[in-house]
Amino acid sequence: MKEFKGRVLAAGKFKGEAVVSHQGVNTLASFQKAALANKKRLVVSDQNNPDLFNNDVTGKALCLPITIGSTTGGLVIQTICSMKINPACFLFSDHIDSLAASGIVLARVWEKSDVICIDLLGKDFLESIKTGDQIEVKEDGTVVIL
Amino acid sequence: MYNAKMKLTKEQSDILGGSKGELYAKALETIVRYGDMFEAPRLVEVTHKETHLVTSFGISIMKPLFKTMDELVEANIQTEGKFTVDPRPIDYKNVKCSLLEKLVFSKIIYGDQKRYEEQLTKVGLKNKNAFTCTSYLPEVGNTPKKGDILSWAESSAVVFANSVLGARCNRNSGMLDLFGGIVGFVPEYGFITDEGRRAKWKVIIKTSSKPEAQILGSAIGMKVMEDVPYVVGLDKFIGSELNDDAIAYLKDFGAATASNGAVGLYHIDNLTPEAKELGTDLIKDDAKEYIIDDAELERVYQSYPVMWKDKDKKGQLCFIGCPHLTFKQLNDWTDKITQGLKENNRKKIATRTVLTTAPDVKEKFVKTPKYQELLKTGCTLSSICPLMYTNNPLTHKRRIMTNSNKLRTYSMSRYYKDEEILGIITGKEGK
Repeated sequence: MKEFKGRVLAAGKFKGEAVVSHQGVNTLASFQKAALANKKRLVVSDQNNPDLFNNDVTGKALCLPITIGSTTGGLVIQTICSMKINPACFLFSDHIDSLAASGIVLARVWEKSDVICIDLLGKDFLESIKTGDQIEVKEDGTVVIL
Repeated sequence: MYNAKMKLTKEQSDILGGSKGELYAKALETIVRYGDMFEAPRLVEVTHKETHLVTSFGISIMKPLFKTMDELVEANIQTEGKFTVDPRPIDYKNVKCSLLEKLVFSKIIYGDQKRYEEQLTKVGLKNKNAFTCTSYLPEVGNTPKKGDILSWAESSAVVFANSVLGARCNRNSGMLDLFGGIVGFVPEYGFITDEGRRAKWKVIIKTSSKPEAQILGSAIGMKVMEDVPYVVGLDKFIGSELNDDAIAYLKDFGAATASNGAVGLYHIDNLTPEAKELGTDLIKDDAKEYIIDDAELERVYQSYPVMWKDKDKKGQLCFIGCPHLTFKQLNDWTDKITQGLKENNRKKIATRTVLTTAPDVKEKFVKTPKYQELLKTGCTLSSICPLMYTNNPLTHKRRIMTNSNKLRTYSMSRYYKDEEILGIITGKEGK
């Protein structure tokens, strides 16, 4: 069992599966295909991200350094949250980037989404966690790899 | 009411408390919460009032966007200045589609386009020509000055405004661009501050010839991600003046840094305004170094996956102009295609090709003899967003070629270098 502590940006509790990207997640490239097709599950469509490509991230804890790419990114996160196909948590090893921050705020303020967001978990976090790991997220920003 | 961590003025606190209505309060709350995530100490005034929005498309899944726009229209809320917006997703006249494709575009994917454009007009759209990702070009006229504070989105426009014009804008997301334009404030952090504009990377160009702008930008974007790079050795190839060629190069380079990574600002030694003013003082003491030579560019180029089902077949459609071409680029491509056809003893292009540019640039170009020369080659000229075109799943079967690294990243298009694409469309291959 390993524990990490980050900064809480959108609080909540979670117990479930982690999906890990070691590279920046391109929000538009990753999520637009599922959103466009009005899918019930969010399967990542970014060809340039071998860690996530074809992975279902709905209801899981998405562990990542930052998000990258188009500035529609925030709106894309808001949209997947409004469709309720979003990852349950966004867990950032680094400081949250501007696009993801926008998305989380838009989802919380305008969609009343309960999406959880923690950043500054540290490089060690991404090195320790693997896709498929069971984790627990606490309201104080603690993430436990079970 | 949200308990802001940043310091707000009395007026801002009152707005947050609802003095201008619930919707205005919600827009400001979004900006304040967002700024709090970056520990912004306060909000600062947007000094260039003309916003640029990233969301130009009435894509049916973006229900939250339409709902908010409806609410803004109903409350008669507008942006402080008029705004430009990214390109339209459809142009049936110049980008031909099958009946089925049209049905999917107009009725399913972009079924809300008309409604959305009506909403945009009511909220502050500049005019019918305001649809382009290159709003900063002189023909379009949404051109900030050095030091201006902006509330813009569209990654390629933000990186250009910050780097080439010396304006100050964070990599805002869609919606945040609009809200900043409405409330007239943005959080003071990141690229708004002097410290946030300093480089964490020193990139040294050691190539034997001028690097392809789109591959160089891609390499740097993938390496530095969201950090600021200070690039030395590039002025040797593109000069030390921001002339038309340098501007076109930096537009394409920047778009690739922003889409293949998350770069919002770069400095080019001896060329871009802050690099000319402050030089290597812009580089942080603990900056990392990235050396780019011919082998590194080739490695990056070879790493691009080809997403076509049949990789050995020829392309069927080619897009040139993502971001939209400048007036100079339009002229240059027309000359190169005309010359290429001549050399290959052809009258018309071998592959259907669409050049894309801003509506205002197109209007200017159409008045010149070059436009007829371009039409003679068989190419068409559009102001469409090629990226939005490729959102149609039916287009996934089509083998689309491009010289845009941004389009490659967000679609199944195959990337080619400028010279390669010129050879293919003018029939050099198989001659």
